[in-house]
Formats: sequence, C-alpha cells, structure tokens
Amino acid sequence: MKISLFVTCLCDSLYPRAAEAMVRLLARYGIALHFPDVQTCCGQPAFNSGYWQEAKASAHTILEAFEESDYVLSPSGSCTGMIHHYYPELFADDPVMLEKAFRLQKKTFEFSQFMIRVLGIQDIGATFPHKVTYHPSCHGSRLLGVKEEPLLLLEQVKGLELVPLPFAEDCCGFGGTFAVKMSDISGAMVSEKVDHILETEAQVLVGTDMGCLMNIAGHLHVRKEPIRVMHLAELLYEGVSGHAISRS
Amino acid sequence: MRSADPSTVQERVRHALSDEFLRNAVKFTTERLRAGKQAASEEHPNWEEWRERARQIRLHTIAHLDYYLQEFVENARANGVHVHFADTAEEAAALTLEIARLRGARSVVKSKSMVSEELHINQALEGAGVEAVETDLGEYIIQLAKEPPSHIIIPAIHKNRYQIAELLSKEAGEELPPDTTALAGFVRRKLREKFLEADIGMTGCNFAIAESGSIVLFENEGNARMVTTVPKTQITLMGMERIVPTWADLEVMATLLPRSATGQKLTVYMSGISGPRRAEDRDGPEQMHLIIVDNGRSLQLGDPHFQELLNCIRCGACLNACPVYRHIGGHAYGSTYSGPIGAVLKPALNKNVAEWDDIANASSLCGACYEACPVKIPLHDMLVYLRQRKVEQGERSREESTGMKGFRYVMSSHKRYGRALRWARVMQKLLLQDGVIKVRIGPLKGWNSYRHTTPLPKKSFREGWQALEQDIQREHGGMDERVRERLRRYLEGQEKGSKGDE
Repeated sequence: MKISLFVTCLCDSLYPRAAEAMVRLLARYGIALHFPDVQTCCGQPAFNSGYWQEAKASAHTILEAFEESDYVLSPSGSCTGMIHHYYPELFADDPVMLEKAFRLQKKTFEFSQFMIRVLGIQDIGATFPHKVTYHPSCHGSRLLGVKEEPLLLLEQVKGLELVPLPFAEDCCGFGGTFAVKMSDISGAMVSEKVDHILETEAQVLVGTDMGCLMNIAGHLHVRKEPIRVMHLAELLYEGVSGHAISRS
Repeated sequence: MRSADPSTVQERVRHALSDEFLRNAVKFTTERLRAGKQAASEEHPNWEEWRERARQIRLHTIAHLDYYLQEFVENARANGVHVHFADTAEEAAALTLEIARLRGARSVVKSKSMVSEELHINQALEGAGVEAVETDLGEYIIQLAKEPPSHIIIPAIHKNRYQIAELLSKEAGEELPPDTTALAGFVRRKLREKFLEADIGMTGCNFAIAESGSIVLFENEGNARMVTTVPKTQITLMGMERIVPTWADLEVMATLLPRSATGQKLTVYMSGISGPRRAEDRDGPEQMHLIIVDNGRSLQLGDPHFQELLNCIRCGACLNACPVYRHIGGHAYGSTYSGPIGAVLKPALNKNVAEWDDIANASSLCGACYEACPVKIPLHDMLVYLRQRKVEQGERSREESTGMKGFRYVMSSHKRYGRALRWARVMQKLLLQDGVIKVRIGPLKGWNSYRHTTPLPKKSFREGWQALEQDIQREHGGMDERVRERLRRYLEGQEKGSKGDE
C-alpha cells in the first residue's frame, strides 16, 4: 500500500518541521510515508487570483506525483481543500486530467482528518503540559469540513489545557495573495486575531495550516509576543517524543 | 450614491480603517446580529435541512423564472395591480416619475427598499420636484446624512447614537439627548406628519407570490404598513428575481430570513398585499403600481457561475459574518450592496470590466459568507470566478501578470522549483535583520507592514528527505496490522460508496 506525503510548497520551503513531525508520527504506526519529489504547489496562489492556466501548470505536478498512491496526506487543510473543492473545476474541460483529479480527490486527506476518519486514532499517547489555544483555519474547517478532528486529537493530550479562542472562526487575514494585495485589511484582521489570542493567555497557538500560522506568527513577532506557534502534528510529536523537531 | 465616487477601493479602505467610530459601530452591531443569528439557527431543530430546502426553492424558481414571472404578473393584474417592466435604472425612474406626474404627486413616503437605493429613485424624484421621505428609522438617518446605506438591513450601521443625536438635533432645531427612545420618539412624531401629507407610498418587495400575485413585505417598525395604507397611490419596486411560487414556499423564507438577518424568529410585521383597496377594505391605496426591475439581473440567467446570485434573499447575514466587512464597513465597497454579496453583485450586475476595479480582491476567501447564507450561495467561489474572468479578459496588472508567469515557470517543474528555493536561500541573506526579514519592498511591502517574515530554513523538506527516510526505516518496522486493516477497509468502503468528501 502506497501512502504518500503531499508536503505543500509552504511546508517544504519554510516549515519542514511540520511535515517531518507528521512523517515521524505516522512512522510510529508503521506507516512509512512515500515522498514523490515531482510535486511542487497545488496551484492555489494562481487559482485564487484568477490565473487558472498558471494554476493548472502547477497542479499538473500534483496529479502526476500521486497517480500511483493509495492515500495522499497533507499537513494543510487549505491545500487539501484546493484538491477537493477546485481541481474538478480547474480541469473541467480536460477529460483525462479530470478523471485523475477525481481519483486524487477521493484519496487525499488532511492530517487530522486522516488520523480520525481513516485510522480512527484519537489518543496518540502524547503529553504536553501547556496552555494551548487552537485557531481553526477557514479552508480546512469550512471548505473541507474538518472541524472536530483537530480538537478530538488535542482533547486526548495529557496535561494540555485547551483555552477556547474568542471569535475563533474569524479569518486571520491570510488569504494568500489577499495579504499582499489588500494588506491594510489583512493587517487589521491579523491584528485583531492576535488580540484574541492574547486574551486567552495561552503559551502556545496550534493550528492545521502553516499559511495562517505564518501570518499570525509574523504579526506576533512584530508585537514581540513570545507565544509559540505550532502545527498540530508538531505539538503531537513533541508530546510523544518529549522533544521538538530540531532540523530548522 | 457613491458609484460616481472616483476613489479606488484601496483609498476607501484606508479611509474606513482610519475611522475608529465606524469600525467600533460596525463591530458592535454585526457582533450582536451574528450572535442572534447563531442562537436562532442553533435553536431551530432542522436548520441545515431548511437551508437546503430554501436553496432548492430558490434554484427551482430562478431556473423557471420566466414561467413564474408570467404567473405572478397575470395574477397581479387580475388583482387590479398596474404592472410595469423596467430594463434599467433609468427606465424605472422614468416610470416612477410618470406615475407621480399623472397622480399630481408632490410627496412620497418610502419604506425601506434596497432596490430603490440601487435605482437612485430619491434623486430622480427630487430632481422632478417631488419630496421623497424615508420612513425606516435607519434609512431616515442616512437620508439626513446624505449618505448611501452601508448595510443591507441596517443602513446606518456605521453611525453610533451620538452621531445620530447630532443629525436629528439639526433636523429638530433643538438639542436631542443621545437616548434611543427619545430619538425614535422624535422621528415618530416627525414622520407621522409626513405619512398624512404624502400622495404616494413607495415600497420594495421582499417576496412576490406567483400563485396569488401578491407582494410580501418584512419589517420591524410598522412604517411599511403606514406607507401601504395611508397614501392614495402605492408604487412597489421589485427586483425581477424576488418571486417564490407559493405561500407554502414563503413559510420557508419567513423562517430563514429574520433568523439569518437579526436572530428574530419572525419579523415584527409581515404584510401580504394583493392589490389596491377593495370596496370592503377599510384602508389601502386607490391605485397600486408594480415596477418589475431587471437592471442587470437577467445577465446572470444561464450563467453557470453566477445564476445563483439571483437566489439571494437580502438578509445581510453574509455581511455580519464577513471579517473584511467587520473592519471596513459598507461604504468602502463603493456600491449600493456591500459586503460579500455586494462585492459580487456590483460587477455582476454591471458586466463592466472597467468597473470591477479591485472589489473582488477585498476578500480572503474564508467562506464565512457561504456558511452564513440561508440559501447557500457560494459567494467565495464567485469571487474567484470574477477574478478569473477579469484575467481572461486581459484586465491584469503588469506586476501580477509577471509574477504569475514566474509562478508558472517555477512551479511547473520540481527541478526549477528546487533551484528557485536554493537561490532564494542565498538571496535572503541580504535581507535578514535580527533573524527575520523586515524590508518593505516589492511584494513584501504590504506583507511586512504588519509582519516579520521568517527566513527559509537551511534545508527544505525535500533536501532533508533522504536522511529522514533512512531514519524512519531504521527506527520502525512494518506496518501495524490493525492500521493496515483500517486502511484497506476504508479504501473498500470508498469504492463501494464511490463518494468523495464534498
């Protein structure tokens, strides 16, 4: 059985520690992830800006990379959502690629979705004695419908105090190119998100999408707030191994 | 109306973001409405089923709009209503003025109507020397302020009670306290005179019932009742898509609209009007005119991506849920309709690429609008389609177009992508300050105005993969049998069900 990692360009380039945590966690269940290196980006930055031809060129690498896979796992609800929600639209006029897109759609899962829905694992035996708040990313929760899964995993972590985030479901202001093109609105949104995070007095912010977390962490850094920002897989891995991923 | 406003979206956004009164007022009220909606939908035992049913009713009606429009118009005419059709805002205004002239009208009282805002009817009436008075409290306030509405159901959402007291005091010619009861009391007395004087009562139309040719108005203040019973002539403006087939269908809308809009279980007043005053009626207008307005709506019919726009029931839930609207309010959208629905409606109704400016970009595509919508209009998808059409029609900025060509070049090959990563890692050394990137140049200008950018780590995931893979293979054995079994069963289940997650 071939279970492949769709690493996403953001985790590949900027946050390999999140992808590595995922790989190491799954290895504990004997799942040796396979990494096809022809993959690049799901195409979302171009797609969301309206540049569909450019998005297709990038999406082709994803369709090619996972053609032989039985399962495809990714550390991002947004990139998984792109495959689920928009690939059929993107390749609507290309029957060969459309067929591949549908096959990919069925076998692609976001990390927490795979743990809960496919493997049925909630308690991975982690301990993480910290005050944590969780930001549900919009694409993962709304487009992909992964709402409960990350919380189910967090609930089982020993010592973890989960503090609800006020206005949790409000977008952090990332939105990919939105943060560049409409930077003033995006700035107002991330600033309010950080206000809410600070209200919780949590030591750690956890999420399932590095795009949003990069946005929030970047603003926390400007405000010199020492809150640790982690991908869910990183938190869980640290919770079972007792140490953080040290590569970066 | 601000359609003539030459400012760009960016300028309007900056203006809104620097207005603390506006931002606080908008946050305060949208939070209240959003909480109300959430409570009302959670309390409803089958909210999602009702949403789906409402969507199906709207989809069906719009798919057969020609049929239902004809049925509606035939029944309305049989009820004694004068029915007119207007293709454009200008035609609607001309029809209104002609009716006013024939009736010798000098003043019009209006109940709240977004379509009349869209058509700029007040300006047309005033241009012809006919006084137009808004009688919905919020509309009255923005009329005094000479501003367009900034929210579909709460037109003066951007004003706090101190600003409102100031406006009303000027009108009263005396100092009124910033107390909502006192302010509403003044407006009530003032408007009572206007109702009694008015020659024409003008309304919008929340829903039109095809099976009986009736129009239905939802309101909370009772002013629409006055507008439709006191003056001798009634003019109703109605978007051509406002139809539902039957009264039974209205029940679904009457359940969803107030709950979605304000969290109310029912609107305070719901009036069904089926024609002018009959002999046995105690009140009502002698003459009733209905102007059915297209103004860009029929352009959506048959469009696979935008036809669902016509399903909108104008509840404003998408505005209240929108994190962008929350910060910039309605005027920044630069059109009658604001928020997510406005960002799509404005360009869609205009079919004018030059007017698209950047309003479709003012969204992070978070999908909160879709989740809030009682008829499930995929506004977040429509915003993407608008951007795509703009690009396809050659309306692209040079910087963005160049950037996207670069994206394509790099991302269509993993080798080029790998090289680009290595190159970026070398180049970023020039930009590093205290371990992060803070420079505000090029595409980093806006981003770094609010954030510090984390640098690329020494190795990308792909560069570290070989070592990681060896590590994993050394430390762990074969696959856990229970895990293998679950993976196999899930795959089989998928093949049998052949059902994706969508």
